[in-house]
Amino acid sequence: MKIVVCIKQVPDTTEVKLDPVTGTLIRDGVPSIMNPDDKSGLELALELKDKFNAEVTVLTMGPMQAEAILREAFAMGVDRAILLTDRRFAGADTLATSNALAGAIKTLEYDLVIAGRQAIDGDTAQVGPQIAEHLDIPQVSYLQNLEYDGNKTFTIKKQTEDGYQIVEVDSPCLVTVLSTANNPRYMTVKGIMEAYDKEVEIWSADKIDVDEAKLGLKGSPTKVKKAFTKGVKSAGEVYEVDTEEAIGIIISKLTEKFII
Amino acid sequence: MDFNITKQEELFLQMIREFTEKEIKPIAAEIDEQERFPIETVEKMGKLGIMGIPVPKEFGGQGGTNQIYSMAVEEISRVCGTTGVVVSAHTSLCIAPILENGTIEQKQKYLPKLSSGEWIGAFGLTEPNAGTDAAMQQTFAEDAGDKWILNGSKIFITNAEYAHVYIVIAMTDKSQGTKGISAFIVEKGTPGFTIGKKEKKLGIRGSATCELIFENCEIPKENLLGRLGKGFSLAMKTLDGGRIGIAAQALGIAQGAMDETVKYTKERKQFGKAIAKFQNTQFQLADMETKVQASRLLVRSAAFKKDKGVPYSVDAAMAKLFAAETAMEVTTKAIQFHGGYGYTREYPVERMFRDAKITEIYEGTSEVQRMVISGNLLK
Ligand SMILES: Cc1cc2nc3c(=O)[nH]c(=O)nc-3n(C[C@H](O)[C@H](O)[C@H](O)COP(=O)(O)OP(=O)(O)OC[C@H]3O[C@@H](n4cnc5c(N)ncnc54)[C@H](O)[C@@H]3O)c2cc1C
Ligand SMILES: Cc1cc2nc3c(=O)[nH]c(=O)nc-3n(C[C@H](O)[C@H](O)[C@H](O)COP(=O)(O)OP(=O)(O)OC[C@H]3O[C@@H](n4cnc5c(N)ncnc54)[C@H](O)[C@@H]3O)c2cc1C
Repeated sequence: MKIVVCIKQVPDTTEVKLDPVTGTLIRDGVPSIMNPDDKSGLELALELKDKFNAEVTVLTMGPMQAEAILREAFAMGVDRAILLTDRRFAGADTLATSNALAGAIKTLEYDLVIAGRQAIDGDTAQVGPQIAEHLDIPQVSYLQNLEYDGNKTFTIKKQTEDGYQIVEVDSPCLVTVLSTANNPRYMTVKGIMEAYDKEVEIWSADKIDVDEAKLGLKGSPTKVKKAFTKGVKSAGEVYEVDTEEAIGIIISKLTEKFII
Repeated sequence: MDFNITKQEELFLQMIREFTEKEIKPIAAEIDEQERFPIETVEKMGKLGIMGIPVPKEFGGQGGTNQIYSMAVEEISRVCGTTGVVVSAHTSLCIAPILENGTIEQKQKYLPKLSSGEWIGAFGLTEPNAGTDAAMQQTFAEDAGDKWILNGSKIFITNAEYAHVYIVIAMTDKSQGTKGISAFIVEKGTPGFTIGKKEKKLGIRGSATCELIFENCEIPKENLLGRLGKGFSLAMKTLDGGRIGIAAQALGIAQGAMDETVKYTKERKQFGKAIAKFQNTQFQLADMETKVQASRLLVRSAAFKKDKGVPYSVDAAMAKLFAAETAMEVTTKAIQFHGGYGYTREYPVERMFRDAKITEIYEGTSEVQRMVISGNLLK
């Protein structure tokens, strides 16, 4: 079995600040990490590698610094790593991003494509499903658990708003994984020692199977009109009282607002 | 020496910090309180390769450096001094002498299982009457033709109850003084070998510190480690390396106390402001931080020299001396900044203060480190 996992490098914060003037993300001084959902996707792939000897390739699109998460993936145990980096990819919205990633995946052999549910900086949850559309393969999003019959069929527990569904799907297919699906393994010391001896393949737009007009800024129909940080909520009221009295105040406030 | 950390070291720090934060920190207070050996942590560390960092891959190790190993002990000790010494004694005092002095058969037999954490290692040099004066060995190994017969006892042996492999130092020829001392590998369960009383300690309370008792304990001929009569110098060289581990442990404890103190002084308010706003706090924190960083550079430089294969015993002595005294000073001040709260077990600085003291004592007291340093200076 061959698996491709799409991983994204994101700033390590759930509260990314935006530049109020340009509307872009302020990334300075924020350490970069592998997107949490993607790390769980990677763990899923590595579990399939442990059990079924799957070959795991990680793929990312980003600047040269994104190499760091590919080295981390090597230290966790992946077989192959590809970095899509090219000025022609720059300024991509989700559509252009998914076109680039799908263009790369088309040149690879795969039975399963794994993406995270969503990236903690962009938060759109669009890229995974779009890749499946470009590749014209079935997709199952919000994966909580996956079982493989060792042949062709996956049985997937998929989270929904008020419960879950169990679905069966045949390979090749794409899944988007939730960070709660598993506990990603730690890198091993040996993996770390070897991570920099392995080759990260650097691919430009020429290496992938996609029309150049669909890439980067040119291929991005999204126009950010305005981006803003949510206004601060009112400070609330502070009471410095003992516990008994505090309970009384809380109860009366909640009753006042018809919450209890 | 390159002051930049390498890319592998950076990746390693990312891993070890995540690991210590999630797997070790949450149980540190509990294993101290219950005087419980953290066996589950050893298993987890074994899987990740933390129990055999500087062992070459051909012997089942990780092919890591002493620098990465010392970073591991530092980061682990930053949250738990007990777990730090478990790794340090195992790696520096058991794995290292086998790696550096063992025959190919000994390396193949012991290193893979020690590196995977399946087996834990220990080192027995100290005896009731042979502490700082380690040459006063009473334990005797008699050459009985096809085997050795060991008699005597060791005290204060780290990892004792849980170890499978022990490096034991014993006299083989009383007439030869230090040249009549040899080293042996003794396996758990060897008839005539038992574990005696377990110490109740001030700090590193989760680590098992016990007596080893040998009563006509027969060990195979091939378990002599290194050459006959070379055991004393083997032990001294082993301790040179071990001091990097203990220096890293002391450094980690000091850093852990710094982390807690910086956080606390920013939160705790008296006289209407955070105590971090008082200049006394600021100046003392500055001094503490400077000493911690100086300790780190001494540790890094000793590990760097060991990796390069150049003499490092004076560097290791300085690193251990300075880091241990810094750990004592920083943890003492950490409690002071926490006031009464710091004296209670509500805050981790109380445990860190108790854990720090041992770093001035084992693997050569601070006085011994001063002897090593001045001895080199005045030779
Ligand atoms: C506030 C805001 C401002 C933005 N500003 C701009 C802008 O100025 N110009 C512009 O063109 N676009 C902009 N974008 C879109 C931005 O480019 C997207 O972040 C990007 O396309 C990926 O989408 P996402 O982060 O929502 O990923 P999601 O769709 O949430 O990610 C789902 C999964 O897709 C995979 N994935 C996503 N990206 C990658 C990648 N690079 N490499 C590998 N795998 C990946 C991962 O597996 C990930 O878990 C903005 C988005 C937001 C929310
Ligand atoms: C928790 C713990 C774990 C240990 N783990 C191990 C282990 O795994 N393996 C092992 O072999 N040992 C171990 N030890 C033993 C440890 O290394 C010794 O306790 C240490 O070397 C000091 O020896 P001592 O206790 O006999 O003190 P002593 O040698 O009696 O020293 C008492 C004091 O006298 C000072 N002193 C002695 N000689 C001189 C001198 N010539 N000049 C100036 N001052 C001097 C010392 O510095 C010290 O301050 C451990 C000890 C403890 C407490």
